[in-house]
Amino acid sequence: MGLVQFATNPWGQNVPIHIEFVLMWAAAIGGLAFLMVHAIYVQFVAAKTAHTYAMTDQAAALAGIPEKVHRHSLVARLFHWIMSLAMFALLITAFLPRMGYPFAWVEYHWIAGLVLTASIIFHIFHASFWMDFWSIWPDKVDIEDAKRRWKLATGKSSPQPRKFAKYPMENKMYHLIIVLAGLSVTLTGVFMMKRVRTPFFVRNPYLFSDMTWGMMYVLHGLAGVGLIGLIMAHVYFALRPEKFDITKSMVGGSITREHYLEHHDPERWVVTSK
Amino acid sequence: MAIIRDIMPAFELFQPATVGDALGLLDQHGSDAWVLAGGLDSFDWLKDRIKRPKVVIDLSQVSELRGIKEVAGGLEIGAMTTLTEVVRNPIVKEKFAILSTGAELAASPQIRNQGTIGGNVSQDARCWYYRGGWKCYRAGGNICFADTPTAVNREHAILHADRCVAVNPSDSAPALIALEAQMVIRSVKGERVVNAEDYFVGPDIDITHMTVLKPGELLTAIRIPATWAGAQFYFEKVRDRQVWDFPLMNVASAMVVNGGNIEKIRIVVNAAAATPLRLTAVENAVRGQPRNPATGEMAGKLAVVGAEPLRYNGYKVPLMRNLVKRAISGVEEAKWA
Repeated sequence: MGLVQFATNPWGQNVPIHIEFVLMWAAAIGGLAFLMVHAIYVQFVAAKTAHTYAMTDQAAALAGIPEKVHRHSLVARLFHWIMSLAMFALLITAFLPRMGYPFAWVEYHWIAGLVLTASIIFHIFHASFWMDFWSIWPDKVDIEDAKRRWKLATGKSSPQPRKFAKYPMENKMYHLIIVLAGLSVTLTGVFMMKRVRTPFFVRNPYLFSDMTWGMMYVLHGLAGVGLIGLIMAHVYFALRPEKFDITKSMVGGSITREHYLEHHDPERWVVTSK
Repeated sequence: MAIIRDIMPAFELFQPATVGDALGLLDQHGSDAWVLAGGLDSFDWLKDRIKRPKVVIDLSQVSELRGIKEVAGGLEIGAMTTLTEVVRNPIVKEKFAILSTGAELAASPQIRNQGTIGGNVSQDARCWYYRGGWKCYRAGGNICFADTPTAVNREHAILHADRCVAVNPSDSAPALIALEAQMVIRSVKGERVVNAEDYFVGPDIDITHMTVLKPGELLTAIRIPATWAGAQFYFEKVRDRQVWDFPLMNVASAMVVNGGNIEKIRIVVNAAAATPLRLTAVENAVRGQPRNPATGEMAGKLAVVGAEPLRYNGYKVPLMRNLVKRAISGVEEAKWA
């Protein structure tokens, strides 16, 4: 058994048709294993190797920091929760029938897919023109600090890492991976709508060659099962006590001044009382 | 592509003598097991070498699965009862003539002598792309070869297609649904009884199966209640070859008429969709109406609302309209005033 199922098409070509659905269980088990390992690491190892942050001259910056530090705009929060609902709907409609709970899932699946696609398109424009676009992408300091943290965690000597900018490195990495997975499922998913009956497209399974379609189904499947693990990790981190302030900010929009001062560098994430 | 060969792929053959033994084997082998009833569907698959089960469980020696007995004014028909036995049974003829008519129109005398009622309702789709061994949706793939711009799809679905456009080919199924039959399904875990109309599953819910049977389960009997005994029945099948063929479409109706008005009715068409379709909207519309051509006309138009024909099966829309019209009227259209 491989990762991908193949079939012979009417022209005698051996083409991929979709992933092996056992990968769904592999992703779920892998995700669960990661959570358990991480929880054990935090509980028993991380505390012993805890490091402090390198201090910067913050006196000037600290003066104007308010009690509540604004982190997410209302629009950004709405986008996040709409995307979450769409993502859960997509995972449920995609995988519950495969888990032995059959129901008429296709229509719900593509409707949720369109909601996700629309929300992603909106987010791209919103982030490009109304948000600090580069704040979510890892920069040089993030990479240097990640190396420092790794060295310290493995018992090697290293300068202390600096505090984070607006988003911690793991936030940025998660965003990067979710961008890749999200774009993969939505782009392939929109084309796959040509294969089912919808009010939007005239059905045409011959739009691409069987090989191209096969690759598309495989990519859709791989990104889909990958999202099982990613969403599990996301929910886990959202519920972890040390991250809960960030989770609450996705509801209320802001983090506390204490949290900001503890984890963020006022020079890398400039906050004013405005 | 399927090539019919004389020799089937190797499999382990079991011939249990009791239902208990059969269920034990089904439980032991799960989805590796293939249930062989009359063999009319099975041997096609096996000789084409498209289905390659590890284990075949032949039910021909299980005598308790055969026969028709009266139960509380209704009938219980063993799943291994042949179609000929159903057709010839005097109680079926007297009380539930719609079933004997439907069963008699299935296939040929030789096939009816061998084919069973359980096999007839549980048979797989007859779409030739699927039967040809192509990896279509129904076979676990990602395409329906019958629903493409150039596909040959004269026999396929006009209603409720969801990716797969194959139809259910059974002639006895619509009669059983019209009679409010129940399917008795057993496994080592026990027995469950489902209404005949719920026995069939469409591609929207499970694209690789035609029925709700799960691995380990066996259809053991079909129960027909007394509810519709002696009602006014109509069954008509349209096929390409009158000698023997699968239906292009069939219709079955059971109704109670009081004072010229339709008091109770159940009407079902098959080969219009992946499952036999009970036309509840039509039933509701004609209940209380006089049984005449005008009601039939109205019912026929209502029956085809939402139909989405493919490239070559547009004829099925007027066919279904007319079959429903005639089923409601109870006489052939040519005889109408």
